[in-house]
Amino acid sequence: MLDYVKLLILGLVAVGAAIAANYARDAAYLVHALLIMGAAAITFVVVLRQTDERRKPVSANEYMDGPVKAAAIATAFWGVVGFLAGTFIAFQLAYPVLNFDWAQGYLNFGRLRPLHTSAVIFAFGGNALIAASFYIVQRTSAVRLWGGNTAWFVFWGYQLFIVMAATGYLLGSTQGLEYAEPEWLTDLWLTIVWVAFLAVFMGTLLNRKEPHIYVANWFLLSFIVTVAMLHVVNNLQVPVSLFGSRSVPVMAGVQSAMTQWWYGHNAVGFFLTAGFLGMMYYFIPKQAERPVYSYKLSIIHFWALIFLYIWAGPHHLHYTALPDWASTLGMVFSIVLWMPSWGGMINGLMTLSGAWDKLRTDPVLRMMVTSVAFYGMSTFEGPMMSIRAVNSLSHYTDWTIGHVHSGALGWNGMITFGMLYYLFPKLWNKERLYSLRAVSWHYWLATIGIVLYAASMWVTGIMEGLMWREVDAQGFLVNSFADTVAAKFPMYVVRGLGGVLYLAGALIMAWNLYMTVRKAAVRRDAAFATPAE
Amino acid sequence: MEDTYTILQIIARSWGALFMLVVFLGVIVFTLRPGSRRLHSDIANIPFRHDDRPAPEDAAQAKTRQFKEARQ
Repeated sequence: MLDYVKLLILGLVAVGAAIAANYARDAAYLVHALLIMGAAAITFVVVLRQTDERRKPVSANEYMDGPVKAAAIATAFWGVVGFLAGTFIAFQLAYPVLNFDWAQGYLNFGRLRPLHTSAVIFAFGGNALIAASFYIVQRTSAVRLWGGNTAWFVFWGYQLFIVMAATGYLLGSTQGLEYAEPEWLTDLWLTIVWVAFLAVFMGTLLNRKEPHIYVANWFLLSFIVTVAMLHVVNNLQVPVSLFGSRSVPVMAGVQSAMTQWWYGHNAVGFFLTAGFLGMMYYFIPKQAERPVYSYKLSIIHFWALIFLYIWAGPHHLHYTALPDWASTLGMVFSIVLWMPSWGGMINGLMTLSGAWDKLRTDPVLRMMVTSVAFYGMSTFEGPMMSIRAVNSLSHYTDWTIGHVHSGALGWNGMITFGMLYYLFPKLWNKERLYSLRAVSWHYWLATIGIVLYAASMWVTGIMEGLMWREVDAQGFLVNSFADTVAAKFPMYVVRGLGGVLYLAGALIMAWNLYMTVRKAAVRRDAAFATPAE
Repeated sequence: MEDTYTILQIIARSWGALFMLVVFLGVIVFTLRPGSRRLHSDIANIPFRHDDRPAPEDAAQAKTRQFKEARQ
């Protein structure tokens, strides 16, 4: 019966999207309408083929790992795409000729930059978080995912969101809000997917057989809930037309700026920090084969992050129309945040106490530990840069970009690689990874890539900041903007090379994971071989 | 009669801020309470149970599960 309702809805969506495509006022909306039509039509066929068919009964005695596998593959795929886009735009900055004339308005830096940021944060990071959430919540609740195929809806719905966002950027559909660029239609779709994500996660937690909720789930739940809140508030927009992608923001001026950075910083805080800390608190103990160093510290880490992070946003708006008290508040909370962040870092690192020798033999664990070290470094650098005096030098310079990348490549990237190396053999019932040597290669390529990236951005950022504020004896500015651009050239090339190394590492990973699935030896005590209890 | 913004910000910066602080400190004190060590070490070991398949259902749960399936 439910299948007929689904078919009815999918059919209506497909026809509605076709009509919308016909009335489309701009190219981005046209593409989005066609994408929705195609997705609805494909889903219609899939549902139609299983309607009134006998279905294999779902065993509550098994974990639902299909969506986890799919999200893990998507993580590796979008990771490579995102790193490739990032490396390309890094060279576009160094060599402007790469902004090809024939692709002007589609593949120039301005269009590709949000494609890169969204690809790495939302596509690579988002899929990693979906995989981690679905995997961890099942194992630590000791039940199968709640909601049956809703988890599949979350996975495919999220991929549709990614494709809609990416095509929108290339066709110039943007709200102009950093990290919240997608327009209203894409935003609405993400909201639906996200509510389903929350429902699956919460439903599984409510069904749990373990009396307590493991700390990783707290972090993941806070990530899902907070991102929902941030996304809805920062995307309060009124569409100009039902058949166009343009919309008008509800808030204006400094209110809009404050909301945007409340969103932007908490996207860092809850998407890139809380969510990935959930990974850290599960996968590091698993890989090190010992429980987290201090469970009490992990609880305090969690609540301190929750209470503090939400206030830190205004440090993005020093020396703007924002009142001083607000930016001071943001600065103070950012500095206070340093303590829980380092508490969490120490907790992650000390989980290895008594097992440090594993670092010598296990490159996956080495990757995870390095990621925690980068978490510590960037959560030290961040509060420092939020201080008003430091910010007057660092803001608008490449130092900010260097900071973001030491966090994103070092912390988010490395912990995700570690998770993928853990998950692939586990999910495909393999004895071990295909090649540990390849993991070592990946580790060193990525690490050297990050060092090149961060070091060149420190140098160019501080140089740029100093050149901008340099005045001569009469009080006139010494350098023009173009002078700084010319001076930055060598560092831009080094940054691009760092990106090439990081991308090369990711390609090695993709190959290694593929070979693990295809060639590695099957695990002897594989779950499917054991009789049901 | 003051406007909503003023009323809200006065509440937020006095009792609201105090409430948040007290709750936060309460969470820390509760976490560090004596006697929680065994509970916490039990929770910390959750990742090392049920790695390959869910916990087996006990009889009572199995009954309700059957009922749910019958309803579908």
